[in-house]
Amino acid sequence: MAILEVKNLSKHFGGLKAVDDVSFQVQDGEIMGLIGPNGSGKTTIFNCINHYYPITSGDILFKGRSIKGMKTHRICHLGIGRTFQVVKPLARMSVLDNVTASAFSRTHTIGEARKEALKVLDFCNLDDQRDKLARSLPIGGRKRLEIARALATKPELMLLDETAAGLTPGELDEAIDLIKKMRESGVTILIVEHIMKVIMTISDRIHAINFGQTIGEGTPAEVANNPAVVEAYLGESYAHS
Amino acid sequence: MRKILLSILFGLILIGFPILVSSDYYQHLVILAMMWVIIGSSWNILAGYTGQVSFGHAMFFGIGAYTAGILVVHLEISAWWGMLLGGITSMMIGLFVGWVCFRLRGPYFALATLAGGEIFRLIATNWESLTQGMVGILIIQTFPSKLPYYYIVLALAFVCILTIHLVMKSKWGYYFLSIREDQDAAESLGINTTLYKNLSLLISAFFTGMAGAFYMNYMAFIDPHVVFSLHYISIMAILVGIVGGVATIMGPAVGAFIMVGLQETFRSAFFGLAPQWTSQAHALVFGLLVIFVILFLPNGIVGDWPKIKRNVFRVKATG
Repeated sequence: MAILEVKNLSKHFGGLKAVDDVSFQVQDGEIMGLIGPNGSGKTTIFNCINHYYPITSGDILFKGRSIKGMKTHRICHLGIGRTFQVVKPLARMSVLDNVTASAFSRTHTIGEARKEALKVLDFCNLDDQRDKLARSLPIGGRKRLEIARALATKPELMLLDETAAGLTPGELDEAIDLIKKMRESGVTILIVEHIMKVIMTISDRIHAINFGQTIGEGTPAEVANNPAVVEAYLGESYAHS
Repeated sequence: MRKILLSILFGLILIGFPILVSSDYYQHLVILAMMWVIIGSSWNILAGYTGQVSFGHAMFFGIGAYTAGILVVHLEISAWWGMLLGGITSMMIGLFVGWVCFRLRGPYFALATLAGGEIFRLIATNWESLTQGMVGILIIQTFPSKLPYYYIVLALAFVCILTIHLVMKSKWGYYFLSIREDQDAAESLGINTTLYKNLSLLISAFFTGMAGAFYMNYMAFIDPHVVFSLHYISIMAILVGIVGGVATIMGPAVGAFIMVGLQETFRSAFFGLAPQWTSQAHALVFGLLVIFVILFLPNGIVGDWPKIKRNVFRVKATG
């Protein structure tokens, strides 16, 4: 069953077609990768799913129900969590408070929210950092905090926007483990990523776009051998060699 | 534990103060200071904790005061009912301001509150059939002694600080802070930012309106230029917050006592000891104080207390 269906999605900023008639489905329980060169519209698609801005045309269905035009916080309550490429820590709050604030989306009492937050911090290997201010974390910690915060809202579908960018090789392996662990816990994942090591190892399927349009979809191996994808990344001369 | 003991001690001093010090003058000053504790704390929950800076808290203060006054003049109901009604009327106005402004981000709310304060001052000045215009509203004080007023405002200040303390420990508090830190992130965490900004504004407007109604009861005279004053109310509310410590529970309380103390010291030309012209200098000194606080104690006296303690301690150790 498709948990998320993006149907003929278009987003135009004036004359710029940032996303142009893109359709894909994310199946329940899978990890789906979304790739494309810089500026191809990946984050824009996330922002459309999240309703950071209204979409120009098309439709987005979550568990068979249209979420088009729904407020961002309502979409979160339905069960879609997201992380930001440019991390947005709640800087002057402690790591624990960051996650507690988001755990409140599923509970009203401080005790339960805190319990849930501690559980999630443990899951993300952040529990030893919990009393630090979010702004004092290094980038690796901030990326994990983004995931922890999104997880605390108990999403069924998680949108990960370049969670591995800027990480050291060691942190990269941890990030991959964390994403796999997340899937095992029952969260479906749609991930935008530039680092091929990450996207190729963890994705079940990959959807590739360029200039806002779909250029290929399939298993990692299929997409890697797709001439259109190779051309988009490496230029025309490589596509036919 | 030390914190709790300190609070209890401080509370006992405040309760015992009018018994120990029978001078009307000093009682009056502490009453005013405690009124400013309420206004400063109310400003703080909105601006300090939720990050929505208001330049027009005189609007809520004046509406509270006028609600109480108008009850007496037109309906011949005790101005004490205004304590509750003034708070509620302020909330209504706050709801309208918030409904209009909070869907936008950026400086719109701050500018709207600035304009709002001035708009209500002009309404109060010109709608003479309702507010008696520039003549102002004069009522008869309920109590001849200052004592009842003292304990009423003390209780109100206590309830106000306790409420804010409890709110900040709850879901609402976490949401207020999240909104201050990052609205986009807050939305993605399932926080209805418009709703929670409005809730913060409502709490703030309610207590400020109550303080206004108390002022009407206590001073027994108001006019538009006093209670809707940009300078004496709106700016003062900000100063109380900044000097004491933005986004700290006790900051505005400390700020209120310092600011009222300073204001009175200058107004009375250092209690008659300095030449008369110094009474004109209070605005200048407030300005210098704000510059000093922003430069050296950006988190206010309470927020930067560890820093103050460390520096004072070092001075002692080396000197």
